[in-house]
Amino acid sequence: MTTNPPSTGVWQSAPRVEDEQLLRGQARFLDDVPVDDACHACFVRSAQAHARIVSIDTEKARAVPGVVGVYVKQDLFGELTSWRMPLGFALAALPENTTPFVLVDHEVAFVGEAIAVVVASSRHVAEDAASLVQVHYAPLPVVADCRDAVRPESPPVRTELSSNILQHYVLAYGAIDEEFAQPQVLISEDFWVHRGAGHPMEGRGVLAQMEKSTGTLMVWSSTQMAHELHYTLALMLGQPEERLRVITPEVGGGFGAKFMVYPEEVVIPALARKLGRPVKWVEDRREHFISAVQERDQYWSVQLAADRDGKIRGLRGTMIHDHGAYTPQGTNVPYNAASSITGPYIVPSYHLDVSVVHTNKVPVATIRGAGYPQAAFVMERMMDRLAREVGLDPVQCRQRNLIPADKIPYVKPLKSRAGLPLTIDSGDFPALQARAVEAADLPGFTARRQASESRGRLRGWAIAHSVKPTGRGPYESVRLKIQPSGTVAIYTGALAMGQGLKTTLAQLCAPHFGLGPQAIEVMAGDTAMIGYGHGGFASRQAIMAGNAVSQAARQLRDKVLKVAAAVLGVDISVLRLSQGEVLSLDGAHRVSLARLSMLMKGVPGYALPMVDDPGLEETVHFHCDAQTYAGACHVCEVEVDPEIGHIEVQRYLAVQDSGNIINPQLAEGQVVGGVVHGLGNALFEHMAYDENAQPLNTNFGDYLLPTAPEVPPIQVIFAPSPSPLNELGVKGVGECSTIAVPAAVVGAVEDALWSRGVRISEFPLTPMRVAELLGHASATEQS
Amino acid sequence: MKTLDGSSPVTLYVNGQPRCGQAEPRLHLGDFLRNELGLTGTHLGCEHGVCGACTVLVDGVSSRSCLMLAVQAEGAQVRTVEGLAHDDGPLSMLQQAFHDSHGLQCGYCTPGILMSLTELLETHPAPDEAVIRDVLSGHLCRCTGYQNIVAAALKAVQAFNAVQGRRSA
Amino acid sequence: MKAPSFQYVLPQTLDEALAALHEMEGSRILAGGQSLLAMLNMRFAFPEVLVDIGRIGELAHITDRGQSIEIGSATRQRDIEFSDVIARRLPLLREAIGHVGHRQTRNRGTVGGSLCQLDPSAEIPTVAMAMDATLTAASVRGRREISMAHFPAGYMTPSLEPDEMLVSVSLRPWASGHGHAFEEYARRHGDFAIVSAAVLISLDAQGVVDRASVTLGGVSAMPVRVKAAEQVLLGSRAQAADLAAAAAFCKAVEATSDSHVQGWYRQHLAQVLCGRALKRALERVER
Repeated sequence: MTTNPPSTGVWQSAPRVEDEQLLRGQARFLDDVPVDDACHACFVRSAQAHARIVSIDTEKARAVPGVVGVYVKQDLFGELTSWRMPLGFALAALPENTTPFVLVDHEVAFVGEAIAVVVASSRHVAEDAASLVQVHYAPLPVVADCRDAVRPESPPVRTELSSNILQHYVLAYGAIDEEFAQPQVLISEDFWVHRGAGHPMEGRGVLAQMEKSTGTLMVWSSTQMAHELHYTLALMLGQPEERLRVITPEVGGGFGAKFMVYPEEVVIPALARKLGRPVKWVEDRREHFISAVQERDQYWSVQLAADRDGKIRGLRGTMIHDHGAYTPQGTNVPYNAASSITGPYIVPSYHLDVSVVHTNKVPVATIRGAGYPQAAFVMERMMDRLAREVGLDPVQCRQRNLIPADKIPYVKPLKSRAGLPLTIDSGDFPALQARAVEAADLPGFTARRQASESRGRLRGWAIAHSVKPTGRGPYESVRLKIQPSGTVAIYTGALAMGQGLKTTLAQLCAPHFGLGPQAIEVMAGDTAMIGYGHGGFASRQAIMAGNAVSQAARQLRDKVLKVAAAVLGVDISVLRLSQGEVLSLDGAHRVSLARLSMLMKGVPGYALPMVDDPGLEETVHFHCDAQTYAGACHVCEVEVDPEIGHIEVQRYLAVQDSGNIINPQLAEGQVVGGVVHGLGNALFEHMAYDENAQPLNTNFGDYLLPTAPEVPPIQVIFAPSPSPLNELGVKGVGECSTIAVPAAVVGAVEDALWSRGVRISEFPLTPMRVAELLGHASATEQS
Repeated sequence: MKTLDGSSPVTLYVNGQPRCGQAEPRLHLGDFLRNELGLTGTHLGCEHGVCGACTVLVDGVSSRSCLMLAVQAEGAQVRTVEGLAHDDGPLSMLQQAFHDSHGLQCGYCTPGILMSLTELLETHPAPDEAVIRDVLSGHLCRCTGYQNIVAAALKAVQAFNAVQGRRSA
Repeated sequence: MKAPSFQYVLPQTLDEALAALHEMEGSRILAGGQSLLAMLNMRFAFPEVLVDIGRIGELAHITDRGQSIEIGSATRQRDIEFSDVIARRLPLLREAIGHVGHRQTRNRGTVGGSLCQLDPSAEIPTVAMAMDATLTAASVRGRREISMAHFPAGYMTPSLEPDEMLVSVSLRPWASGHGHAFEEYARRHGDFAIVSAAVLISLDAQGVVDRASVTLGGVSAMPVRVKAAEQVLLGSRAQAADLAAAAAFCKAVEATSDSHVQGWYRQHLAQVLCGRALKRALERVER
């Protein structure tokens, strides 16, 4: 028997249950977890991008007072089952020797690669000792640019490689040669797109302690994937799964940088077990720059064929993707970009030649947006060029090509990495666009432009679409339990990193029991509390964990009422739940959740109130292999100072389809945050390296993140097309608003400067570059 | 003349209470508060003075605790996020405004921002959005995009001025 | 990123500080710490001793001496920002100080610290250069005065002996009615300037330029007084052509290229910002 869905609590901006602790400074992030007598680790990292390690001398380091030990790879012999990390996406078809090493002792392949680790009484002492570790390098040729890596004569990024081309494939469909034989309109362009690193304000960190009484290796990690970490540690350390526990503390942001199992997360627990003492490693910001995964360069060279009326006939080209020195997880970033570029548009034919290549830099893996922003940029810029070419405005030209509502669900001719056809299950793109156009006050643009001009500024605007499949499967797990104390607890494999997961799940659960969200305990990312889970990434948790909670809550509520009916001796139809109690409609009969839970715990020799599994508990693994598509339409206005190239974003509108919205205030926060991340990508963030693959930006003075004065007013409108793929009708939010931003911002700058002959096909876009495009460079050189 | 080499006691006032801890000269105030005094509400995001997560009030003014030595804080009045709401008492107006306006997501940068805004509220009669964004420019937040932080600050200004009996700008 | 070890001394008087600097090997002045402690945390510097001058009262002051304003080297930047004397008599400095870092760093950063750090983009050294500041240095051997023009010995290197420290900087206010402007371009609010232009200008009763100071920050290793620009302005009526000529001289200053910014862009900015600064400065002249 099913009950009606809750009418209160969901689809509301319930205040966050997380806030109290965070605001008081009482929340425990990784470095706040109280463990007595912990010693502190510092990694010795490669200073060279590619070299043979001739020798590692740790003698002076070991002699520093306060040092517990200095460990190289060989010292971990006996603690590890393998010198190499397992591939994160184990089913991906990739060569065996592609993953990073736990520690290296023979060859380094990027600046920042971990060579040794110092354990000491404090991080200060550990760093003192680390600076005394002498590594002798014999330099090897460095590949710093992916465009060089793609050439057959380029020296190998690692000597174990026979080629720097990790993958080379073609994604294609349709009659591409026909379409390009004699196109009515042909647009050609080359693009450089670059994203940077994740840079959550809290860096990575891991703490491990051998809990002696039970022989359990306890591991805390600031991670987005606790169960994956558990699995990997069991595998790499040969630690029995039941004597291994991963606990996720409060996480200060992830953004993909913590969606990874890192070598450091294996080394630290190995040492804790070996030493019989707690060991903690807290990443510093420089380490995040040189060893946390990031996204970097892609070079696209594309052609668009279209009719005179602006209808696209085909898109073809090549793309080279800088993948970094190893593959810790997979090659989904370039695949996402290559397979998603057609976005919400009908593109009858497509042919993209993709090269995923190694370079002597930090490995590339997903950062918020996961390859989608790069592709959206290319598509949207080509669309703007097309519009200009055929004399349509940017809205009309997109309208001509958007997948209309009556063609949804729309099966794209491309497949996901698991081989399933990419199907846009829902979404009304023309309506999304119309909503954006209506809210953007485009008719008022002319007056705004004139006002800008009166101040010597050029003003431009642009519109950009994006889609993102959300709800990455295969499942997420939730265990919902009513304790004998009456507490309602959710244990989940989903993970919190600031998005208000606990509030969201509590909101979905609480109304079923006549409670408010604050009454629900949510514990996320503790492998002892729930056996399976995947965690927070790919904008999946509202869908996966949300539906799991919703289902579990419904099922548990049913059971509660059945048990109560049996206990109270009344018909179930007269019972309701209110404030942690089951009551009959006339109020004459009542029983608390606590008592029901105790009764279902059972008393030896006495029958349970009803024949069923004991306890008041439901575990749901919400399965969904098909992803549900979230869509966005953004409109951006910028002002450019044509003398110096300064760009100021004046207005930003983000219309978002994320299906039904569980908590509008939280969802809006995600959209705004995502837009600002996109602003960072569009204008500020550059993980620059020199020709020796030495990182040039390794602090926040050189690598720029947006601050409050750079952020325009951001208007958010939700325009839901509820998902047909899950009961709640929800779609993911977290990454969606980042994807279209570089396209919208750069498009607006180009619009502002169009009459000056400026064409822009890159991001990040700096003022100096704008000045160069405006001709100020050559003017200077001539004088 | 005081000369310090190894570890020595440092006595200061934190949130109104006299506290004492040990510090080598090189130990910065942020590490001292967190590890010696157990006040882990102040966070470290960069340790080179840009992100602002470590901001506390020292003798009334906002300061980056990673760019101050613990020994320099001898005798100083330091205020941290833990002192904004008294013990388990109600949240301060500013903290409440952050809660109401969804001004925090992961919460890691929040304590530093709360301290900078506390200084602003206590010293500036009627800060408008521009002034607030100027103060916030010394803080990095990767989660919120700042919009709700500004909204929270404006809300707090209103509440603060109402209590102080001042007219808002 | 934790600092390496060092000794810490806390002198109560200037003499104690000078003695420590002289006697203790590898000693460095710790003023506001906003630059030095960041460098230490990143292990870019390894002083053996830090001499903390933060409690020496006589080093933190803003004193109007009539012909000049004397600022103690340990004066906090925030005190400059909130000083009536500075606002009235050194408006160029007042305008520049708002660009120096952020509220949180100005609360502790000092004038002397910025002067001795000599970051090529820093605003305070640029203003000091614009105003022909006189710096007073002291050591156990006594005091000496150094003109700002001679203070930078090279990139981020002041002309100070290893045991010398800056005690104060004196700035001579321009006659009231002069025009001033500090124009800066930075990527984000509060960032170090890519290029800055500091302009002081005064006109005689006939509207002819009788005094001009044009200084560029961020263009090369140290702030540059663009004498050629000043020359073309002197004796002119500061018409558009004169301003353009002055700005053109700013563009001609040799500029550094680094991994972030190319020299041509600095030169280009120098020209634009000089033009804007001159325009604003002239608007401020009281005629």
